[in-house]
Amino acid sequence: MSGPSTYEPKTGIERWLDTRLPIVRFMYDTALDFPTPKNLNYWWTFGGILALMLGLQIATGVVLAMHYVPHVDYAFASVERIMRDVNYGWLIRYMHANGASMFFLAVYLHMIRNLYYGSYKAPREVLWILGCLIYLAMMATGFIGYVLPWGQMSFHGAVVITNLFGALPIIGPPITTWLWGGFAVDNATLNRFFSLHYLLPFVIAGLVILHIWALHVPGNNNPTGVNVKSKADTVPFHPYYTVKDGFAIGVFLLLFGAFVFYNPNVLGHADNYIPANPLVTPAHIVPEWYFLPFYAILRAVPDKLGGVLLMFGAIATLFVLPWLDTSKVRSMRYRPTAKWYFWIFVLAALVLGYCGGQLPDNPVIGAPTGLMLLDADVNSMVWLSRVATLYFFAYFWIILPVLGLTETPLPVPEGISEPVLSHPATTPTGAAASPEKRG
Amino acid sequence: MLRKAIALAALGIALVAGPAAANTGEGYELRHPKWTFTGPFGKFDPAQLQRGYKVYREVCAACHAMDLMYFRNLGQSSGPFYDAEYKNPNDNPYVKSLAKDIQVPDIDSETGDVIQRPATPADRFPKPFPNEAAARASNGGAAPPDLSVIAKAREGGPDYIYSILTGYLAPPAGLTMTPTQHYNAYMAGDLAPYWKGQGHAPKGGFIAMPAPLADGKVTFDDGKPSTVAQQAEDVTAFLAWAAEPKQTERKQFGLGAMIYLLIFTVILYFSYRRVWRNVAH
Repeated sequence: MSGPSTYEPKTGIERWLDTRLPIVRFMYDTALDFPTPKNLNYWWTFGGILALMLGLQIATGVVLAMHYVPHVDYAFASVERIMRDVNYGWLIRYMHANGASMFFLAVYLHMIRNLYYGSYKAPREVLWILGCLIYLAMMATGFIGYVLPWGQMSFHGAVVITNLFGALPIIGPPITTWLWGGFAVDNATLNRFFSLHYLLPFVIAGLVILHIWALHVPGNNNPTGVNVKSKADTVPFHPYYTVKDGFAIGVFLLLFGAFVFYNPNVLGHADNYIPANPLVTPAHIVPEWYFLPFYAILRAVPDKLGGVLLMFGAIATLFVLPWLDTSKVRSMRYRPTAKWYFWIFVLAALVLGYCGGQLPDNPVIGAPTGLMLLDADVNSMVWLSRVATLYFFAYFWIILPVLGLTETPLPVPEGISEPVLSHPATTPTGAAASPEKRG
Repeated sequence: MLRKAIALAALGIALVAGPAAANTGEGYELRHPKWTFTGPFGKFDPAQLQRGYKVYREVCAACHAMDLMYFRNLGQSSGPFYDAEYKNPNDNPYVKSLAKDIQVPDIDSETGDVIQRPATPADRFPKPFPNEAAARASNGGAAPPDLSVIAKAREGGPDYIYSILTGYLAPPAGLTMTPTQHYNAYMAGDLAPYWKGQGHAPKGGFIAMPAPLADGKVTFDDGKPSTVAQQAEDVTAFLAWAAEPKQTERKQFGLGAMIYLLIFTVILYFSYRRVWRNVAH
């Protein structure tokens, strides 16, 4: 896609097709010949993993939709029927349910990679924003998907989240009504959620195509953050990165399999195996683990509208990140101070996730209980999440803008070929013209 | 490298600890009998499932429905009455005779009258009450929950069910009892309002269900001594199977899939090393 195409049609059919629809040329330039920096580490394998997970979610989802009944009276039983009476239904359903978690795990690691290596900086801002849109669409899809089995946590989670929109002034109530399709979360809600849950993955797929397009114009970033200077800095995507991504996918699938085959329900909540009952509220409504950090931010604010705005603000912040980070140096490898703030940020995000799964009044440490400060029990999850929330926002809005101006970065290498020789070639340079052809 | 490992490990802990930590119940630590069906190679013991079905049928079924269960399930692969001779559980004569002993409601196709007829393997387990209001009315205001997926629907799973069934201890002196409630050491609840004794209120809570099991209440066909603990263990195993009847198939399939993936991954790793061996990176 970037640079002139090196594709040469070899057969008559390819030549014929190439002058009419150069799709083989497109595939060749995109997936086979695409020049990729040769120093990418395993943090760069999550793109391939995510593409696979999207494919698996769509494939399993299409089969599940053949058996699922989107009706409040039948949804729960139809999901169980899939697990009991559909051939390999248990496999398809558990792959889909755990696949969502795996998808989010991979996307979070993919995002951490971006934050660490500064992949969102010029000229990759659009690439980053498209990624944020994919993440947003994933969150909508994941939340809606959790509602479909119509268990207790599905129903009451849907009530809590749809009510959040109601806190927004003027536009809030109409949005809530539109989401409900009635006066409360009911059959109409379930039906439209099913429809949207089928639609959104294809929106994600479209965004992924744009994401890959936007990747292939400037090309990959790399662990040094230094621009690719010449062809010597790169290797063709195939076979070098197809095989490396393939290995990483294998490892990832082993983790995926450990959940699907041996702990299929460990990431879910037991209450979601109780059919939805609007008259009985679960003791403790918790979202899926991948929403817990945002749930903690929501609950950190005593005011409902404030909490909602802050939660959406956390996501909105990601979109403007390329313009908040003032540092010209991309990779944290050469930013000795920023690196530490970065790891504290990761810790803050994990702490938020932990707090989101706890009751707000739970003590953080066993004793002393009731550590009062200005009439507030400081030793509580809600206060811990307030501290972490503060850091979460400070990292993007204060630390990154200021640090870019004040920090003295370490010397950045001239090109990626210099510092990358941590794994020297086993044969002299020059012998490696096309090692993939040498068996 | 170490830092990456720490970061990944922390993420892993957050992943597992998050949902697990969400449960905060004030109760005793659950009892944990030795189950045959846990772990990656766990399998259900058919003899135990048969005893468990008998406990369900003779005790639990009086009040608890299992609406997702069909009699044919009893004869399917890894079920209590599976017989390799009858791959189609609807043909299994033992399952047929078990079903025949139970009456299920139907409509007479000639007259349209509501009738009762003997069940076939294709029938669902019948419900003990016609509707939830009737279930409530007959049970002191608390409707007995459906048991089809109960082993998945409670934190602690089989351990929790076993603990509840064997947790009917004598109420601690100083606890004000109500006529329709029973003390159970493993039930979630706050007993402080009912506590007149010394110190903190005892752990546990009130449960509407009276102690369902008693020594000798069910006669086991295989001669197992019929203690409360044995009945509880067997019926819990049966409920765990009913909640996840494809569990054995899942683990067996999983073993093959994991071995395949492991070999595939190792081959890919060596391919990766080979492809990259002449590239400095």
